Amino acid sequence: MGRSLKKGPFVADHLISKVEKMNSTREKRVIKTWSRASTIVPQMVGHTIGVHNGKTHVPVFVTENMVGHKLGEFSPTRLFKGHSGQEKSSVK
Amino acid sequence: MARISGIDLPREKRIEIGLTYIFGIGLPTAQKILARSGIDPNTRVKNLTEDDEKKLREAIDGQIKVEGDLRREVAGHIKRLTDIGCYRGLRHRRGLPVRGQRTKTNARTRKGPKKTVGAKKKATKK
Repeated sequence: MGRSLKKGPFVADHLISKVEKMNSTREKRVIKTWSRASTIVPQMVGHTIGVHNGKTHVPVFVTENMVGHKLGEFSPTRLFKGHSGQEKSSVK
Repeated sequence: MARISGIDLPREKRIEIGLTYIFGIGLPTAQKILARSGIDPNTRVKNLTEDDEKKLREAIDGQIKVEGDLRREVAGHIKRLTDIGCYRGLRHRRGLPVRGQRTKTNARTRKGPKKTVGAKKKATKK
């Protein structure tokens, strides 16, 4: 079931306050966050956000198309390099 | 010859079924179209009058997205996902199931026919 519209999209408070602050000071810096569940909102467009994948913060440059997705979708948590002896596929 | 949206409808089938040969029209949509244009769903495609065909064409063109347009729209959606590099896009790129299904077994629809790897141990031992 979807989230109630009344509440608006979920964005972690600590994250959105940092984004707003950077917007008002016109600063550009990577914001590290662990909040993978936060929705990408229009205020974040143009910023780079370091989204934790369980190990490191993956830098995600937010573009207009990403609005509405969650931050976690852009920071894969699993690393699969293929089975041993298998030829590497050129898909990436 | 009933030709709608660039597709020849099968001549011997009932029109209700015949319409589903168009990409983007399933049985429910076909029934809705027929109800709206007032054609009996049981008439055979070969028995359709010119008038009926015209009505069907009007009911489909410009109101329902079918065939090429629909295919392009779907491809566009997938392209957007792959371009922004989100998880669903990565799964599309790799040809794996997108909606969280298991891949340890099954998932053959997405992965295609089985490709066996390894299993050559016995030959090398002797």
